[in-house]
Amino acid sequence: MSTTFIEGSIAVAKTVAVSRPHVISAYPITPQTHIVEHLSELVANGELKSEFVNVESEHSAASVVLGSSATGARTYTATTSQGFLLMIEVLFNIAGMRLPVVMTCVNRAVSAPINIWNDQQDSMTARDSGWIQLYAEDNQEASDMHLQAFKIAENKDIMLPVMVCMDGFVLTHSFDPVELISQEQVDKFLPPFKPEYYLTPKNPLTFGTLVGPDGYMETRYFIEKTMHASLQVISDVAADFHNQFGRFQGGLIDTYKVEDASLVLVAMGSIIGTIKDIVDELRAKGQKVGVLKVRSYRPFPKDEIYKALNHVKEIAVLEKAVSLGYGGILVNEIKSVFYGKPKTPKINGFILGLGGRDITVDTIHQTIKETVKASSEEKFIGLNEALIGGK
Amino acid sequence: MTTTTLAAPKEQSCQTLLASGHTACTGCGEALAAKLVLGAAGPNIIVTDATGCLEVFTTRFPQSSWEVPFIHSLFENSAAVASGVEVALKALGRQNEAKVIAQGGDGGTADIGLQALSGMLERGHDILYVCYDNEAYMNTGVQRSGLTPFDCMTTTSPCGELSWGNKHNKKDMPSIAAAHGIPYVATASVAFPKDIENKVKKALSITGPKYMQIHSPCPLGWRSNPQLTIKVAKLAVQTGLYPVFEMENGKVTKVRKITTPKTPVEEYLKIQGRFAHLFKSPKGKEEIQKIQEIADRNIEKYGLA
Ligand SMILES: Cc1ncc(C[n+]2csc(CCOP(=O)(O)OP(=O)(O)O)c2C)c(N)n1
Ligand SMILES: [Mg+2]
Repeated sequence: MSTTFIEGSIAVAKTVAVSRPHVISAYPITPQTHIVEHLSELVANGELKSEFVNVESEHSAASVVLGSSATGARTYTATTSQGFLLMIEVLFNIAGMRLPVVMTCVNRAVSAPINIWNDQQDSMTARDSGWIQLYAEDNQEASDMHLQAFKIAENKDIMLPVMVCMDGFVLTHSFDPVELISQEQVDKFLPPFKPEYYLTPKNPLTFGTLVGPDGYMETRYFIEKTMHASLQVISDVAADFHNQFGRFQGGLIDTYKVEDASLVLVAMGSIIGTIKDIVDELRAKGQKVGVLKVRSYRPFPKDEIYKALNHVKEIAVLEKAVSLGYGGILVNEIKSVFYGKPKTPKINGFILGLGGRDITVDTIHQTIKETVKASSEEKFIGLNEALIGGK
Repeated sequence: MTTTTLAAPKEQSCQTLLASGHTACTGCGEALAAKLVLGAAGPNIIVTDATGCLEVFTTRFPQSSWEVPFIHSLFENSAAVASGVEVALKALGRQNEAKVIAQGGDGGTADIGLQALSGMLERGHDILYVCYDNEAYMNTGVQRSGLTPFDCMTTTSPCGELSWGNKHNKKDMPSIAAAHGIPYVATASVAFPKDIENKVKKALSITGPKYMQIHSPCPLGWRSNPQLTIKVAKLAVQTGLYPVFEMENGKVTKVRKITTPKTPVEEYLKIQGRFAHLFKSPKGKEEIQKIQEIADRNIEKYGLA
């Protein structure tokens, strides 16, 4: 293993490359492009033996990997924002056909208004698609997560696609020291993909049948059941990874100074790093704060979250997405964790950082202050008062 | 005017890889065309299909008519899924295992799937794309598509005080396909099974992207007698309304000649309810004349006479 000072996108591309995908298909969109540009470069140089298919849209990128995966190939694609939305029809289809495709969703705001900067609205929009969704905190984790993703997806008892979500620009375009994994190590960790069912004249199967009211519901039931089963697999794969590589950044969740905390901030993605700094700062002043990272958003690890937070008095959920007409998404899922339990902490939700709005140390301090002060509430934080007429 | 006796074709000698028992309507041209394509291609193929009648009437869980590996994904991505199958076979070193055939209806091909098809043709995949052209969105109840002919009545191009049906001309898909610089383009008709068989075999012997469009009457949507599917299909060819030809590397290399003197388009139109409105008023004659001109242009353009 070697530590390299490297751009997030390149680290991810290199990890995908050593995962030996047979087929890669993608369409360019900022800020995903560096990942697939680097992969096509590796293919062009003969360093990666994959079929790289340059398609005419994200819809086709997802459809190509769908077809390849059904033929028995290990496949990878990446996109973000508008490209992600264009893919959504196919994403549901991939999950419904139980194809273990791995993709990167570089997180970016969605249009209109068009905005190329980071939030997590894109992937959140597909939370019900049947894809496992993992969110990375930093570039080391984003890189490592891709290798874990293939192992989770291709597990015989799972056979569901996995999406690694990483914040656009914040991670993809930042340079960090990352320990890259060698081919030899990957080959020890990730066995070759050998699906039980695939398209071949040797055993002519029909994929993608029409299923009526007599059977459709069961397909959903099985995916839901598998999602629950994948909780264990995601944890196990993170543990295996820890054993082999000595790195652990959480399985389903990760916690930082939560054990004795009275106030915990809950979030997903790169914001976790900033929150950790603030936690350290406040701890030095004697404040009992901690942070919980939701690493696996789908499946949603209710039990783990409850176990980690049941002693806590106050929770602040910070999220970069919104269900318009409802409010925060993650905050309401965190609230549901405590439904019917003997003790419910005060849970406040904060929508922040949309469309790349800066999340400063002050923004996060503000969420803590509001949480301590207010009764349970949800609000946007970091709004530009001048633009909203001072309201 | 000549009257031709039009008998149903004899059962082909080719294998049946599309099992009977499916739920296609009586007289379905598409079912017949698909069976002929598979029979000619043989068992060593992997096929994709777009959403549409063919997929619906052959794959209702827990049954399937497909005796070859088959995948249906969505309405607009048959060509892209096939591209994925083809590159996967290559990447896995299994390219000798199967030929790849992508299929779609006229809507899935010429409208919503045109972009994915264009991508597939441009990238040079070794795939035969087959469009079963029944000239409307039949699966959803006979709405117009880009391949619906001029003045044809569908549920979204009804005739009325201000309308003679579909206002637009049939999209020239074979030329669009050929413009991608692909080695082989062919049109065919279920009226000529042997021709379909030969063209499929020829297409599969050529490496690279191939496009084939098969005229496939739909008695339900065309409001024609299910017993007359072959007759209707044959008349489309004999009138010049559905030119049957081959294009190799962008040039028309072979056409199916029509019998002379040419059959007037009325003969074709009058046996289909989708054109019945043209025969109900004197003004309809002018419309029929416009359709005759379309046929005449085809006869001229492809040298059918
Ligand atoms: C994205 C999308 N839009 C619309 C539909 C509805 N739809 C399903 S099949 C079909 C028409 C199919 O027509 P065609 O491709 O001509 O095939 P046919 O049924 O006539 O054989 C339509 C509109 C769909 N399944 N997906
Ligand atoms: Mg049709």
